[in-house]
Amino acid sequence: MESLIGLLVGFPLLGAAVLLCGGAKLDRSGHWLGVLFSGASFVTGVVLFAGMLGRPTDERALHQHLFSWVPVESFQADVAFQLDQLAMTFVLLITGVGTLIHIYSVGYMEHDVGRRRFFGYLNLFLAAMLLLVLADNYLLLYVGWEGVGLASYLLIGFWQFKPSAAVAAKKAFLVNRVGDAGLAIAIFLMFTTFGTFTFAPVLENATDAGEGMLTAIGLMLLLAACGKSAQVPLQSWLGDAMEGPTPVSALIHAATMVTAGVYLITRSGAIFNGAPDAQTAVVVVGAVTLIFGAIVGCAKDDIKKALAGSTMSQIGYMVLAAGLGPIGYAFAIMHLVTHGFFKAGLFLGAGSVMHGMNDEVDMRKYGGLRKYMPVTFVTFGLGYLAIIGFPGLSGFFSKDQIIEAAFAKGGTQGLILGAVTLIGAAITAYYMTRVMLMTFFGEERWRGQENEPHPHESPKVMTVPMIVLAFGSVFAGGLFKAGESFVHWLEPVTQFEHGHSPFSAAVVTGMTVVALLIGVAGAWLQYGRRPVPSVAPRGSLLTRAARRDLLQDDFNHVALVKPGEYLTRGLVYADNKVVDGAVNGTAAAFGGLSGRTRRVQNGFVRSYAVSMFGGAAVLVAATLLMRAV
Amino acid sequence: MSAVATVSGAASSVPSLWTLGAEQLQAPKIEYAQLSPTLIVLGAAVVGIVLEAFLPRKFRYGAQLILAALGLASAFAAVLGLAISGHATTKAAIAGMGAIAVDGPTLFLQGTILLVGLVSVFVFAERRLEPRSHKSGAHVDSWAAQPASVPGGEGEREATKAGWTTTEVYPLLLFAVGGMLIFPAANDLLTLFIALEVFSLPLYLLCALARRRRLLSQEAAVKYFLLGAFSSAFLLFGAALLYGYAGTVDYSGIARVIGNADRTTSAVLAETTGNDALLLIGGALVVMGLLFKVGAVPFHMWTPDVYQGAPTPVTGFMAAATKVAAFGALLRLLYVVLPGLRWDWRPVMWGVAILTMLAGAVVAITQTDIKRLLAYSSIAHAGFLLAGVIATSRDGVSSVLFYLGAYSFVTLGAFAVVTLVRDAGGEATHLSKWAGLGRRSPLLAGVFAVFLLAFAGIPLTSGFSGKFAVFKAAAEGGAGALVVVGVIASAIAAFFYIRVIVLMFLSEPKADGPTVAVPSVWTTSAITAGVLVTIVLGVAPQYFLDLASQAGVFVR
Repeated sequence: MESLIGLLVGFPLLGAAVLLCGGAKLDRSGHWLGVLFSGASFVTGVVLFAGMLGRPTDERALHQHLFSWVPVESFQADVAFQLDQLAMTFVLLITGVGTLIHIYSVGYMEHDVGRRRFFGYLNLFLAAMLLLVLADNYLLLYVGWEGVGLASYLLIGFWQFKPSAAVAAKKAFLVNRVGDAGLAIAIFLMFTTFGTFTFAPVLENATDAGEGMLTAIGLMLLLAACGKSAQVPLQSWLGDAMEGPTPVSALIHAATMVTAGVYLITRSGAIFNGAPDAQTAVVVVGAVTLIFGAIVGCAKDDIKKALAGSTMSQIGYMVLAAGLGPIGYAFAIMHLVTHGFFKAGLFLGAGSVMHGMNDEVDMRKYGGLRKYMPVTFVTFGLGYLAIIGFPGLSGFFSKDQIIEAAFAKGGTQGLILGAVTLIGAAITAYYMTRVMLMTFFGEERWRGQENEPHPHESPKVMTVPMIVLAFGSVFAGGLFKAGESFVHWLEPVTQFEHGHSPFSAAVVTGMTVVALLIGVAGAWLQYGRRPVPSVAPRGSLLTRAARRDLLQDDFNHVALVKPGEYLTRGLVYADNKVVDGAVNGTAAAFGGLSGRTRRVQNGFVRSYAVSMFGGAAVLVAATLLMRAV
Repeated sequence: MSAVATVSGAASSVPSLWTLGAEQLQAPKIEYAQLSPTLIVLGAAVVGIVLEAFLPRKFRYGAQLILAALGLASAFAAVLGLAISGHATTKAAIAGMGAIAVDGPTLFLQGTILLVGLVSVFVFAERRLEPRSHKSGAHVDSWAAQPASVPGGEGEREATKAGWTTTEVYPLLLFAVGGMLIFPAANDLLTLFIALEVFSLPLYLLCALARRRRLLSQEAAVKYFLLGAFSSAFLLFGAALLYGYAGTVDYSGIARVIGNADRTTSAVLAETTGNDALLLIGGALVVMGLLFKVGAVPFHMWTPDVYQGAPTPVTGFMAAATKVAAFGALLRLLYVVLPGLRWDWRPVMWGVAILTMLAGAVVAITQTDIKRLLAYSSIAHAGFLLAGVIATSRDGVSSVLFYLGAYSFVTLGAFAVVTLVRDAGGEATHLSKWAGLGRRSPLLAGVFAVFLLAFAGIPLTSGFSGKFAVFKAAAEGGAGALVVVGVIASAIAAFFYIRVIVLMFLSEPKADGPTVAVPSVWTTSAITAGVLVTIVLGVAPQYFLDLASQAGVFVR
């Protein structure tokens, strides 16, 4: 059984190699090859999952050692995989949703000349993401971490002929580097503290390290998570990343890669448990991002950017839950999985709408589309109901648990966190209803435009994955909740404690539903009852700020870019004047010296002989002098 | 020779020159096996002279070539045999009545010199570069048609037309190699002097034998001869003073006297024996004679003129083999004879090494002739080698041995490339003509770039391994400051090496630029050998470093 683990990574890696190196011969069939490799990985995952279910709880984790990677004295790095319940959850999510999105992309990318390259990158992403979650040590995790970063960069900039896509890719890459540096430093600290970076020994001995060191490691891990998961203050890249093809947004920038930060925090739970200050930082980041993303999502007219704000906000929920410690880890992962289903479904739906609307993304130019794309409407609608937490659907169960756990944190902190999550739920309901109303209801604002689109339903190859994901959006939460099965499943890895909320579960659920209704009603009053203007009104100060992503780029520009520019200019100046001056001066000095010295070489034997004689005299004199001294 | 004459004149009261000698005449005991490499080469040289006298002109080239190659190859086989049978390590001994030391350094250096000689024979034998003679259609090589004729005169024209050439170069090369084999092995001052003359005189002659630019070639030969004779005089004078100090010319004998262990108390020498002034002056003068041969500052002035004027194959041979032999002799002198004096000579050698490294590197910057450039480069390299010599440790010896092996093949290869870049006037040595060579002959320019990178000491070339070994030994031997100067000098030197590469690859080719002649198998194999050794010693130096390390012990 263990030997199958490598295949999980191996299939998509092979796929990437074949597709990227295969050349134009594979242009016609390459996309199906990509689907095949992704599907093979999924099937392997299912087989492993079945095997895992068949074993008693304490024997479920599997381990596979492939080879010693860096065997240097005390620095031992192995390429080894660890498949426990947490990793298994991610494997199924990544390969399952990944395969569906591969299939969807066959239709979505049908007319793109770079389709083979696209599927090669998607396979590469799957391999890297699986490596990230399967690694049994932080160093190998880092390889996967960088690998998904690379794949993300390549896919955001897939249409690199568009300057905006190229810039967005670069921005994502650079912002991620900040987080990556955090992860690297965390690994350095771990190695100096524990002498290893394998999960088991590090996490088991975490309590020996002292709180100061654990806090330092925890904060660095949080920095890494902020980068990858687009949390404040490293959130600025995610909105721009929507320049990539929509399947990419669905898979990488909604369902899987951006959740890697949550995985990292959950995986390193033992470290955070020993560092309350770091945990508080995690909770604060989660809470701030939750509200931040939600506000941004309310103001965007670009359907993908609205969804991106929503992603940021939902990951904020997960990070907040992960920051709560053992009372929250399982719920963080549960929300992560259900979010994977409904957010991927929503993005695919958005892609389907764009497909039928000449790649238009401005929701103010949509309207009334439910008649023209019924399948998209229904699947998108189910995803919508799931994300706002409509009772009975996936999002309801997972989000409700997080809100409950937030209150259970206890004290003032618990009340504040609970309030924030409730407000977040209300805003979520508001902006998602807004998206829904602007896209599928109301007047058909696209009529009468120049280049009028002819909305139509997407082909089967696209709608089928959307339908499958819609099933996940509807049922996954209930399935996980039934008998607390998901919590028990993860408990051996993440630990679990029952939180004690000041309110009963029924009261929390009630409050959640009220928040939801307030949000929906607010949106309906604004966008359902009266027509949506097809040109954005000026809006309030907050609206305008939110349209500019709450001034994140302006802040970065003033706080980082400008000082960086001045620093660079200063360094260039110093380099030109001081360094180059010294170098050129030295060169000129030696050149001059050389020119003068060579004149001694005048070609006359007599001068040479004199110099030899003089040299001999000096040599003798020096030798004698040495004795005298 | 006056010192020797004085000694012989006083033979009645003075013990024999040889410390082993006794009053009664004994048949000398000669270890032929241990001396076989030298004997084979010198024997082949004598046969070569005889062939030259009796063979018809048209057979000489082939016969001489075969004889020289066979002689050098079998001498190398003999060296290998001696090394394998343990004469480099456990059975190291002094042979030939105390005149020759057969030990690790000797065999390592003899092997190197023989290989250098063999590759040089290949370059000597190249006959495809010069246009054929008009009259006979015979292939000619880079040697003077008739050395005795006046340059530009009637005799020269006739000889050129007839397609004559100077096949004496092969026996001359063999004689020079023979002398070089003895030089690092010499175990007494007189053998040292004889060996010096045996390899120097053929070199003076060889320098004068260029087919083109004969006046320059002859000028170089005369300069080399005059200055060489001058330095020989110093060396001989120093030897006489050392004899006066120690009462013996034997290396270990002198060392014993310096160490106060053993003092000859003959009546004649009683007054001078043990006089430190004689020791210091004598030692300094002998060392100076050797420093002249390695081209160290301030005894380097001959190097650029002679390297430039001599026929390029000779320059390559001389630059590689002379340096090997002379450094071998210098090592033995400093490590066997003068170790007791190292607190006196080390500071002085520090000065010489620093001057040599810096002067070589700095003056090379403004050179415009590729051969002169390589000459200054060889001066700088002599400085780097001196840094290893100064280490006065076993690592110092072995690092110098390794460096010599590595450097000599780079040098041979580089000069072999120079013979190929030609225009109507023969070799195009002016640097301006090398502009854009990489565009027209990428392979040749690439090979030359490899050699230049090796000279500069860039990793993955033998130059780096060698320089690293030498500097490491020097630093461990307490000469850290020397290493710093060495690295600075390397940085300066890198400038002009890289400049040539830039010139070859990044400049526009000139319209009237030189052509790269297609060489025969001889030069090709010589250059190939140079590249192979350069890369192998750069990529996988460990085996050879171990070899040099094993060979790093002198027999006393």
